[in-house]
Amino acid sequence: MSGARSEWPLWEVFVRGRRGLSHTHAGSLHAPDAQMALRNARDLYTRRNEGVSLWVVPSAQITASSPDEKDPFFAPSADKPYRHPTFYEVPEGVENL
Amino acid sequence: MTTVLPGHGPEAPGEAETEAFQAVFDAAVAADERIEPRDWMPDAYRATLVRQIAQHAHSEIIGMQPEANWISRAPSLRRKAILLAKVQDEAGHGLYLYSAAETLGTGRDELLDKLHTGRQKYSSIFNYPTLTWADVGAIGWLVDGAAITNQVPLCRCSYGPYARAMIRICKEESFHQRQGYELLLALSRGTEAQKAMAQDAVDRWWWPSLMMFGPPDDESAHSAQSMAWKIKRHSNDELRQRFVDICVPQAESLGLTLPDPELRWNEERGHHDFGPIDWSEFQQVLKGNGPCNEQRISQRRAAHENGAWVREAAAVYAGKHATEHTGARNGEAA
Amino acid sequence: MSTAARPDGPGTMAALALGDDALILAQRLGEWAGHAPELEEEVALANIALDLLGQARTLLTLSGDEDELAFRREERDFRNVQLVEQPNGDFAHTIARQLYFSTYQELLYGQLAGGTEPLSALAAKAVKECAYHRDHAEQWTLRLGDGTEESHRRMQTALDALWRYTGELFRPVEGLDVAWDTLEDTWRASVTGIVTQATLTPPEGPQAAPWAAGAGRQGVHTEPFGRLLAEMQHLHRSHPGASW
Repeated sequence: MSGARSEWPLWEVFVRGRRGLSHTHAGSLHAPDAQMALRNARDLYTRRNEGVSLWVVPSAQITASSPDEKDPFFAPSADKPYRHPTFYEVPEGVENL
Repeated sequence: MTTVLPGHGPEAPGEAETEAFQAVFDAAVAADERIEPRDWMPDAYRATLVRQIAQHAHSEIIGMQPEANWISRAPSLRRKAILLAKVQDEAGHGLYLYSAAETLGTGRDELLDKLHTGRQKYSSIFNYPTLTWADVGAIGWLVDGAAITNQVPLCRCSYGPYARAMIRICKEESFHQRQGYELLLALSRGTEAQKAMAQDAVDRWWWPSLMMFGPPDDESAHSAQSMAWKIKRHSNDELRQRFVDICVPQAESLGLTLPDPELRWNEERGHHDFGPIDWSEFQQVLKGNGPCNEQRISQRRAAHENGAWVREAAAVYAGKHATEHTGARNGEAA
Repeated sequence: MSTAARPDGPGTMAALALGDDALILAQRLGEWAGHAPELEEEVALANIALDLLGQARTLLTLSGDEDELAFRREERDFRNVQLVEQPNGDFAHTIARQLYFSTYQELLYGQLAGGTEPLSALAAKAVKECAYHRDHAEQWTLRLGDGTEESHRRMQTALDALWRYTGELFRPVEGLDVAWDTLEDTWRASVTGIVTQATLTPPEGPQAAPWAAGAGRQGVHTEPFGRLLAEMQHLHRSHPGASW
């Protein structure tokens, strides 16, 4: 991070809505550092009581799957319906399965 | 390099590939799927989105000014709190929208610079002054009402980050219009002077609010393409008509009149007819000759310039201190 | 002025003093709307102003009608400390004012939270807000103090300029059961600590102007306060008896 630049870096904000839920991406914001990013996230993304816990991550630190890899990455999971319970036939009347 | 920042598209493909990508894009739009930041998209689609989202973001933050004008003078503490929260929301909405624009590869600094130098626009409505307290109500009822009519369909916009920002904004803005209506109702039911203040505000804000939907469909430069891309879902005239139809009974319930002698129900169309809009005024305000254009941009620029030393100080501090942070997992710290 | 706006008794006078502090500082912070150095900071300053406004409404309501008290009293009837009425100045002045005041308010409410009703309930809720306000002020004090040469100079100037209004914070307020000496010592340690960490020099001048007339808690204010009230009260006073 260059110290002399005045444009603050971009951060991604993840909010845990309530206990029992995982953190989900809420949006992004600019902040000079992690401490301020957390505070800005609190002020911006939880001002209507939307969360009980926050993560902030520098956007530049996120490694994303590239669109070129779309098929090899995600297509194979599309043809494995046996991973989903709806794949299996259960005779009528069988309960608690 | 395998790390690609959100907001930076893939390397430019060759010509043969472009056609294939275009086909995938067209199919996604046709199937009502969302386009996401790192998907391939036509340059013109990207440019249209950046222009529209930036203009929307600029409108939110310039739109803070006419209302902030009354925070210090709000006539009750309850109204002061409501107005402050509303103006704060507008800053927040500006932030959501700048973030959405940034996913397309254009930084906030660049967008702000374009606003400050007049190369990007904001909604012309904010070039009108707030002369009395009732204007705060009229902005809430009419201007936010028009904005919501425009924005609700944007929640289904084909570009994912914009649609998601709009969902959050529409949810948060639901109180904005209501507080404006309630404010006007209190005035309308109040003293004679208060009622006159409310009527005067509605008289001044009605026509500019109708102009917020943009030029008539046959003169709108970008409309057709934006509809095809599903950035836009309804035409300017459709939305304007919807807004008029919503406002007429509300004005009645407020005990206020709308300043249009030609306004009347048309049984055949199932809509209200309304008088001609003075598009020459719209064009003049758009060109920079509105009552407050200069004032709004000057204040915005001054805030940005006066804040430069603050932003720089924080950036320099961050460079000096590798900030300690708490990891997301138990016991993690770096 | 109605009787509702002339409360007496030490309990209500105390609530009024604290309520006026919160109201006037909220009024000042509200002036930042549309002028903050960055959009994220617009949201942060408005949050603090809204917290304070909420505190003010609760406190004033303990003494009478909140609007009657806010909009119909004369300058001499306001009991806020002079610190909170000082103009925003540049961002460094606002942060210095926030640092001095929120540190004080957190300590004060911390003590009141363990005291008696009705203030204890309000204080217990507000002390969490104050802690966040103090943290915000401290974060910025560090960044401005230890940022650039310019920000360091501005922050030092602001701390020095507002120092003379800090003495009043520790004058006992009738009706408040507070260990004022402890409050002052803790405040000084806290402020000095953060100022020093920010590579700044803790101010050393007098903490009050030498004037027998008194200060804010006695209803004696500074010149900028009259203008603040004129602006805040004008619309309300122009329509006597109106509802909004």
